[in-house]
Amino acid sequence: MQTIDKDEAELQAEFDRRIAEEQKIEPTDWMPAEYRKNLIRQMSQHAHSEVIGMQPEGNWITRAPSLRRKAVLLSKVQDEGGHGLYLYSATETLGISRSEMIEALQTGKAKYASIFNYPALSWADIGAIGWLVDGAAIVNQISLQRTSYGPYSRAMIRICKEESFHQRQGYEIMYALAHGTEVQRKMAQDAMNRFWWPSLMMFGPHDSDSAHSSKSMNWKIKRESNDTLRQRFVDQSVPQIEALGLEMPDPEIKWNEERGHYDFGEINWEEFYQVINGSGPCNYQRLKHHKAAHEEGEWVREAVRAYRKKQENKKSEAA
Amino acid sequence: MSQEKLAVYEVFVRSARGLDHKHVGSLHAESPEHALMYARDCYIRRSEGVSIWVVESSNITASQEDDLASFVDPMDDKPYRHATHYVLPDSVNNM
Repeated sequence: MQTIDKDEAELQAEFDRRIAEEQKIEPTDWMPAEYRKNLIRQMSQHAHSEVIGMQPEGNWITRAPSLRRKAVLLSKVQDEGGHGLYLYSATETLGISRSEMIEALQTGKAKYASIFNYPALSWADIGAIGWLVDGAAIVNQISLQRTSYGPYSRAMIRICKEESFHQRQGYEIMYALAHGTEVQRKMAQDAMNRFWWPSLMMFGPHDSDSAHSSKSMNWKIKRESNDTLRQRFVDQSVPQIEALGLEMPDPEIKWNEERGHYDFGEINWEEFYQVINGSGPCNYQRLKHHKAAHEEGEWVREAVRAYRKKQENKKSEAA
Repeated sequence: MSQEKLAVYEVFVRSARGLDHKHVGSLHAESPEHALMYARDCYIRRSEGVSIWVVESSNITASQEDDLASFVDPMDDKPYRHATHYVLPDSVNNM
């Protein structure tokens, strides 16, 4: 009723005031079309990442080296599926349907985190993914708990709480391998070396080159810049690498007393854009598998519809 | 009309932007619109909230606490779902 009485400029002013006062925007509030669009892009991309991210790890469930490791991995992959659901539901509050989002993913219109286009080649990769990939995601998600859109913020809080074990189980795998036989140690080193750079890429382009960053920061959808979050991840990871006793994956990693941060080498941005734009090692495979799983699951959706129809018929017969 | 004939509505209030709606109680009303007004008059008279949801109670499907043991497995045998299950060296234990 409010919205009928106010013109666009007043609504915009109210929205701007809410953002300035650190208030959350809720689904029934008026919001600029661009804010809504930007959120749909970021949140659906986040949801797709949770779901596509199940593939490289799911691949290792049957090959985990012990029953315990298998149960842990299964539990983690289950969590990711649930997190996809939280995020899809939160995105739906913006007026886009689940099927529209799936369609955008499957036609390549929507992206997902490019890291999942790398293959998980050895068991150590499962350690590196939990430790580095989830570690990077957690740095990002902790920051997003303070995002300006209420449903997104609440989903992030729930996800961070549940994910607290993901990084630790990965590190535990890495620690066991790094302190195991020579072959196991090499496996851990190799996995870390391969996942290090793609993990740094997860934070996106440099602030100066980021297409969506400044708008998102002004709207407080994003609370900290790509480079700030990336630096935080490097700073927390270096002591963890040292505790593993592995060699640094980047020879340029060095403590910078003046900055109070670790310096590190330049990311291969050409690789980043190649993988984002579809030419990574597994892009084709990931989408192909998603489509196949979706199509093969059609009978479940059909059964649900048939059941609903049957219940409705029963009700109308009884009436 | 006796009150017993009116539908029961459950009332949920969001105390501040950014928080979830929380169940605060119920009331009788003749329509959802009226339930919303009654809830406003009854439950947020001291600025307890910024948003109200009302849902007709009969539309809520609830689990039964008596059946909880067979309905919800507490998963006590799956301690690995908790971060504390993983023992890491002290120097990196803040992970």
